[in-house]
Amino acid sequence: MRRFVGPIENVTAMEWVNIIVQGVLIGGLYAMFAAGLALIFGVMRLVNIAHGDLIVLAAYIALMTTDTLGLNPLLAIIIVVPIMAAIGYGLQRALLNRTLGDDVLPPLLVTFGLSVIIQNALLEVFTADSRRLSAGAIEVASFPLVEGVWIGVLPLLQFAVAIAVIGALQLLFYRTALGRAFRATSDDQAVAQLMGLDNRHIFALAMALSLAVIAVAGVFIAVRTNFDPAIGPARLIFGFEAVIIGGLGSMWGTLVGGIVLGVSQAIGAQINPGWQLLAGHLAFLLILAVRPEGLFPKVQG
Amino acid sequence: MTASFHVEHATRASRIGTATFAAGLVLLVAAPAWGGRDDLRLLSEIYAYVALASLWNLLAGYAGLVSVGQQAYVGLGGYVLFASTIEAGVHPLLAVPVAGVVAAVFALPVAGLLFRLRGHYFAIGTWVVAEVFRLIASQISALGGGSGISLPAAIVTEMASSRQMREFLIYWVALALVVVVLAAIVLLLRSRYGLALTAIRDNELAARSNGVDVTRTKLVVYVLTAFGTAMVGALIFLQKLRISPDTAFSVNDWTAFVIFITVIGGIGRVEGPIIGTVVFFVLRQTLADLGSLYLLMLGAVAIAVMLLAPKGIWGFLAERFGWQLLPLERRLRFAADARTT
Repeated sequence: MRRFVGPIENVTAMEWVNIIVQGVLIGGLYAMFAAGLALIFGVMRLVNIAHGDLIVLAAYIALMTTDTLGLNPLLAIIIVVPIMAAIGYGLQRALLNRTLGDDVLPPLLVTFGLSVIIQNALLEVFTADSRRLSAGAIEVASFPLVEGVWIGVLPLLQFAVAIAVIGALQLLFYRTALGRAFRATSDDQAVAQLMGLDNRHIFALAMALSLAVIAVAGVFIAVRTNFDPAIGPARLIFGFEAVIIGGLGSMWGTLVGGIVLGVSQAIGAQINPGWQLLAGHLAFLLILAVRPEGLFPKVQG
Repeated sequence: MTASFHVEHATRASRIGTATFAAGLVLLVAAPAWGGRDDLRLLSEIYAYVALASLWNLLAGYAGLVSVGQQAYVGLGGYVLFASTIEAGVHPLLAVPVAGVVAAVFALPVAGLLFRLRGHYFAIGTWVVAEVFRLIASQISALGGGSGISLPAAIVTEMASSRQMREFLIYWVALALVVVVLAAIVLLLRSRYGLALTAIRDNELAARSNGVDVTRTKLVVYVLTAFGTAMVGALIFLQKLRISPDTAFSVNDWTAFVIFITVIGGIGRVEGPIIGTVVFFVLRQTLADLGSLYLLMLGAVAIAVMLLAPKGIWGFLAERFGWQLLPLERRLRFAADARTT
């Protein structure tokens, strides 16, 4: 992210516009973290604590794909997405379906254990060194939006992809047979099963979809920032905050949540570089205090 | 039949268990006489984990508040100890209960916010709070900012002038703290709150409809565990003599290990965390060289236990053989059969 150094009182109006624009663009990435999380919570009331570590896993798979095949990292998406989806389907069938029930403890503890396992396995295989993927010229390409506000091509692409992913999820949820099956199991598992749906399969498909979404996010992380095995939990937290800020009413809520989080972080970083993350957390806690149902709550009915 | 019965907590097994505890306690109090420096250090660390795991067990296993952010209070306790001794001249041992009180005061508004999040989301919310605490700690330059701070020598010698006496003192305080924590948990579980907690654990809706104030009970447990956790945290960092945001608010050290210990030992039972800690330290002494692989294996074992034997080692043994180490059961004894037993 482009960042201006200097005391806050010297920041011009144009620079503020710039800060907010950059915050909005990073918000798209957070929205993709959040969409994967909201999707599985919506379908099976599961919060996957390993969500962030799976994002990092996707980044490492992208790294391996580009290293071995010599692909452009952005093209690696077409390989990383099916791999992650397959991992998600298998994980749900083999492990997570056994944890679902009235008790909140088993899914939380199993996904927490999974998070620790993924983190330490990545550490063992790839060491703690910080890595980064090079996407070539597109990384530094940018164009002026207006005088003084530059937009990077890559951040803009990432934002556009986030909108496309969330729009596609929204369509899938409300316009397709699979989406109807998701909503049916979400509303009443027992009745959905009576109507001939195989819940275990539906849940596994939801998890596959969730990991496909975060595979896209993982590739963008790999290209845009340095990553190492330990950054997963922070990505989980960003996604979670975006979900709660946006509310559970619609997939578009996660986009708004991500943008609010991204802009808060950008403003915090401007005030003091040490406050970037803190400002995002405080925005989340503020929303939780004044509007705990989020900005776009689920309509009760 | 009025008043011809009474409630009995103890069983024969629990009387034997309590007697064993008492005998073991005498042995442990005398540890400075029979153990070396390393033994005392190891034992103190074991006490800290027994206390942390027991507190987490009370929170998650009994009150159903699954927190993955208790490192917030471990770190807060440590930082309050450093701040109150360095900035306010509080005696380091007095700073331990001070840390508990400060954490309890912090826990009230935190609970007010976090209790708005249901079930699963509560867990991640606790993590956010721990992150906020960590980020704030790294902004306080008087306490070393991001790189941390050591306890000045003048404060260390305030406890006792000789190094050996200091080590003995910290050892005894650590032992006293774990005994107090365990005794408080046992007493809490035997009180009205304990009955309410067990009811909530078994069925929250049924508990609510029987007149249990679920939210209030959970709030009391949340604040009490914050109080205890922070005291343990203060003592841990009094022993380390150095604190930094990353060690104080470490999710691996103060939450992952604690959760795995409790799950493996047996969640929802007071004995579970004790058994789990013993298993954890035995494994650690033999597998410590494996580094990150050790944590990985521990995670895998915890998942396996959760799926295959969700009540843990102690839950399995207790159900199989009817064992009970602590007088926590409630049995009605009628006047007629009181004579026969």
